[in-house]
Amino acid sequence: MSESTTHQFGSSRVKRGLAEMLKGGVIMDVVTAAQARIAEDAGAVAVMALERVPADIRSQGGVARMSDPDLIEAIIAEVSIPVMAKARIGHFVEAQVLQSLGVDYIDESEVLSPADYVNHIDKWDYTVPFVCGATNLGEALRRINEGAAMVRSKGEAGTGDVSEATKHIRKIKSEIAALSSMSKDELYVAAKELQAPYDLVVEVAETGKLPVVLFTAGGVATPADAAMMMQLGADGVFVGSGIFKSGNPEKRAAAVVKATTFYDDPSVIAEVSRGLGEAMVGINVADVPAPHRLAERGW
Amino acid sequence: MAGSPQGHQEVAAGGGGPVGVLALQGDFREHVSVLRGLGAEVVTVRRPEEAAAISGLVIPGGESSVMDKLSRAFGVAEVLKRRIAEGMPVYGTCAGLIMLADRIVDGIRGQESLGGLDVAVRRNAFGGQTESFEAELSVPVLGDPPMHAIFIRAPVVAELGPGATALATLDDGTVVAVEQGNLLGTSFHPEMTADYRFHQYFLQKVAGFDNGTARSSRP
Repeated sequence: MSESTTHQFGSSRVKRGLAEMLKGGVIMDVVTAAQARIAEDAGAVAVMALERVPADIRSQGGVARMSDPDLIEAIIAEVSIPVMAKARIGHFVEAQVLQSLGVDYIDESEVLSPADYVNHIDKWDYTVPFVCGATNLGEALRRINEGAAMVRSKGEAGTGDVSEATKHIRKIKSEIAALSSMSKDELYVAAKELQAPYDLVVEVAETGKLPVVLFTAGGVATPADAAMMMQLGADGVFVGSGIFKSGNPEKRAAAVVKATTFYDDPSVIAEVSRGLGEAMVGINVADVPAPHRLAERGW
Repeated sequence: MAGSPQGHQEVAAGGGGPVGVLALQGDFREHVSVLRGLGAEVVTVRRPEEAAAISGLVIPGGESSVMDKLSRAFGVAEVLKRRIAEGMPVYGTCAGLIMLADRIVDGIRGQESLGGLDVAVRRNAFGGQTESFEAELSVPVLGDPPMHAIFIRAPVVAELGPGATALATLDDGTVVAVEQGNLLGTSFHPEMTADYRFHQYFLQKVAGFDNGTARSSRP
């Protein structure tokens, strides 16, 4: 760390900036240092360190919490790409711990059991940046207002069913487009209806995009899924259970990376989709009873 | 033309083909937008044939290990190495600086670079994201005022070879901007600010390259 007094750490620009550098990339869930190594070798732009992938959290049930610091440190030691880790919604002490461990991004995540059903973490208080999930534009803007430096659409984690991810990215994109076409006097009501801060609503209306990077997550399992998210306007992709719950993680991980870069070239997507072995078995979101849907956590 | 401090008025690329921005991963859209704003014709580059048809290249910020892998897997690295040897101007920011370095310290297993700059670059030299920072940085070749430089998990020039020239250093002497002939690299991200003097400096090199000063020198 530089000792110069003129250096400014933890600014919004620096926090949002790291997400800008992750664009066009794939962030992969990993539960061991060995998996982190595979992800880095396959071309992941960052890894998400956690104890159980969402598919296992879903099948094993119980309260899901921040991972063991030993596991997170082992993964940080193993790779040189950015390492993210998950804190429970509203659990500001888990976030303090993750910052002290030196993670590069904190995911305040609905995949874990919420610790506070009213408040999210005040993310302005931290030097480390946060990414948060959203199912619609209002939710995204509320998280940004709390200091989130990156947003990901939620999808339905641990299912291998991409339909919810599709729904959420389409919803966010269409709500942004709607704001862009409104006259100035309509934005007051739009802010009220979105339940989002007026200033952020105006900013989105003027720029036609979120003020932070927007990735997609939740149910992405194949190269074509990733490319579809990119064509729908995502800046990049999180892949959770989809890689290490599949038959050939090394090959599938590299294929998803290539399909994300060449998302608009079906011939490349076809080529990388060959012979990947079994995809994760998956669950149809429609078969998941509403109380077990993770996307409904957070508000 | 290394180090010649000329005027930094707007300069568009000449007739030798558009300027490319490597678009495998990272903040390439921001560079495209900056270069277009400066009047250049800009294309994105992901494939060998695209790399063959440009008169200059910007390599954006992002994850250098990912750019390296994809550039080799899709054959664009090979063409870019040849273009760099021909003298084509290239400007790399952050990950782009790593891609241009002849030597990488702390790369991932098997990581390669395009090379061209006679330097060793250290990845993530300041540490993790909580050590990312903004600072005012004097860049003599660009004149006053200093640049507002944004360092994000940034690399630094750990060793400066005799072929390369430092353009900017932090207070402790760490080299964070470097030039060698038509190649430019910065540890930081001018594309995230409104100060595009490095991009203008790069486009001046492109204009010189288009005029044939470098292109015909080597086959």
